[in-house]
Amino acid sequence: MTSPGTIELDGLGVRFGGRPILQGLTASLTGRAIGLLGPNGAGKTTLLNTLLGFHRPAEGRALLHGDDVTQGDPRLRGKVGYMPESDAFIAGMTAVRFVRMMGEVSGLPPEAALERAHESLQYVGLGEARYRTLEGFSLGMKQLAKLAQAIVHAPRILFLDEPTNGLDPPARARMIRLVREIRDSGRAQIVLSSHLLRDVEECCDEVLVLKDGRIAFYGNLEEERRANRKFIHIEMKGDEHAFAAAAEGLGCTCALVGSGRVKLVLPEAVAVRDLYRIAAEGRYQIRRLDYKRDSLQDIFLKAMEEPRGRL
Amino acid sequence: MAVYDRRYRAYEGPLTPVSTRWRVLPRHAWTGVFKSRLFVGFFTLCFAWPIAAAVWIYLHYNLAALANVGLDNVQLAAVEAPFFAAFMGVQCFALGGVMTLLVGPGLVSPDLANGGLPLYLSRPLTRTGYTLGKLFTLAALISLITWIPGLILFLLQAWLAGWEWFVSHLWLGVAIVGGAIIWIVTISLLALATSALAKRKVIGQTFLLGVIIFGTVAGQAVNEMFGTRLGFLFNLPALMQSVWAALYRIDMPTMMSAPVALATLLAICGLSIGVLSRKLRAFEVVK
Repeated sequence: MTSPGTIELDGLGVRFGGRPILQGLTASLTGRAIGLLGPNGAGKTTLLNTLLGFHRPAEGRALLHGDDVTQGDPRLRGKVGYMPESDAFIAGMTAVRFVRMMGEVSGLPPEAALERAHESLQYVGLGEARYRTLEGFSLGMKQLAKLAQAIVHAPRILFLDEPTNGLDPPARARMIRLVREIRDSGRAQIVLSSHLLRDVEECCDEVLVLKDGRIAFYGNLEEERRANRKFIHIEMKGDEHAFAAAAEGLGCTCALVGSGRVKLVLPEAVAVRDLYRIAAEGRYQIRRLDYKRDSLQDIFLKAMEEPRGRL
Repeated sequence: MAVYDRRYRAYEGPLTPVSTRWRVLPRHAWTGVFKSRLFVGFFTLCFAWPIAAAVWIYLHYNLAALANVGLDNVQLAAVEAPFFAAFMGVQCFALGGVMTLLVGPGLVSPDLANGGLPLYLSRPLTRTGYTLGKLFTLAALISLITWIPGLILFLLQAWLAGWEWFVSHLWLGVAIVGGAIIWIVTISLLALATSALAKRKVIGQTFLLGVIIFGTVAGQAVNEMFGTRLGFLFNLPALMQSVWAALYRIDMPTMMSAPVALATLLAICGLSIGVLSRKLRAFEVVK
């Protein structure tokens, strides 16, 4: 599997009418799938549009796999696939003609575009509906058609803007599965913008959180999850002070929150089984042990709480 | 890959040259346009007048054929500049105008209404390429019923009249092609601009018709109220008539000099390009 390229943001800033929308974004995005998170108006769509070359940066630059997006290089645009957030289709066309046309505009010869249009529609699950006009599609089908047109030319970088918008749970699960399959194929680097933490958590290995046009957090989700496994919440019966003292003896940091509940942070060398061991030795009953969950939610909330975010 | 093999796979085949991508747009647009029976019927009808004109030219040089069917002593008008001006007038202004109304407003407005532009412009297709593709869609269709049959008739006349006529009337060939192209470019750009402003095909059609009719009426009103001839600057048919009178070297009641009319038409084209440049964007900034 080829290693994915890098999306390089170098002091990127975008202004609309003198008002800064994005400011000083600097990061090297190397993940196979990068989640763009942020509250409404944080600048997610503006960042996507800038990476697509729709907006001209007021300062800094952005490189997609080494190519400057402001140059409008057709070769670079041929490597990019884009699934917009809002309704986007060509009126009066069947799904297969629509996807074929988009393939041709991306540079595929007509025969190859037709073949890949059929494949893409089959792949996203619209095989049976491919000869129907797009106007008659449901919202979920339109989302899938948008994904099909985005992947018809096998792009190296795939920008997905709110891909699960308006989808019911089965359609959402299908969309998430497709995005994960594309990610796992290793043939395309995905940038997924969403306000749904669950979508990003399920699809992405890296996350970039934007707040007020700035990067509030950028990091690897798997590493964050691994780190959070060391945060433990215990409910116990017995002398929690003595248990906490024993745990601190192992090197843990403990906090008693009352009613037999203890919060601990485990150092690298200590495993969960060590806690069970000291509980057995001191005859304390551990009735419940939770790892800290919703790591992405915590990351997001922390990033939102801090005035300049968390880098 | 077989269609049942549902995997995401790379494409490693050849790519078409970037400079030819805009041609994809007219090809697919024509497929849609010719699906309409109304349009196909109209398009067929557009060739009735060229066929009649060809028969006229043939009979002009074969009066014996008329005598065979009992029409003796028939005098057919000469096939000269007024003949071609009249022919092109019907093809360009009447039929070309109707074709523009049928096709033009539906070229850009659906893409704007349905968010199609980001799909095009995120690909290796520039705004210029997009506009060129849409312009060519309409211009090629109008060309098929205007200067192309006009040029064929000119060559038919030259073939029947002889080499000397052809050489001495080359300027007429230039007038047929040049006059039609000025009209086609102007009306096509105007149609695209109104289509971009309207966002709905029916509104675009009304808008385009309104621009032409309202311009004529408003121009006349300006002339009447202020006692000037400046109102003709808003009158598209009058502008074209002035340019064509000069190109075809015929005496026609013209409202202004050909250079002024041509400059005004250029200004209309410039204005239309300005509107397109403003409206054809991949995103819309909400103020």
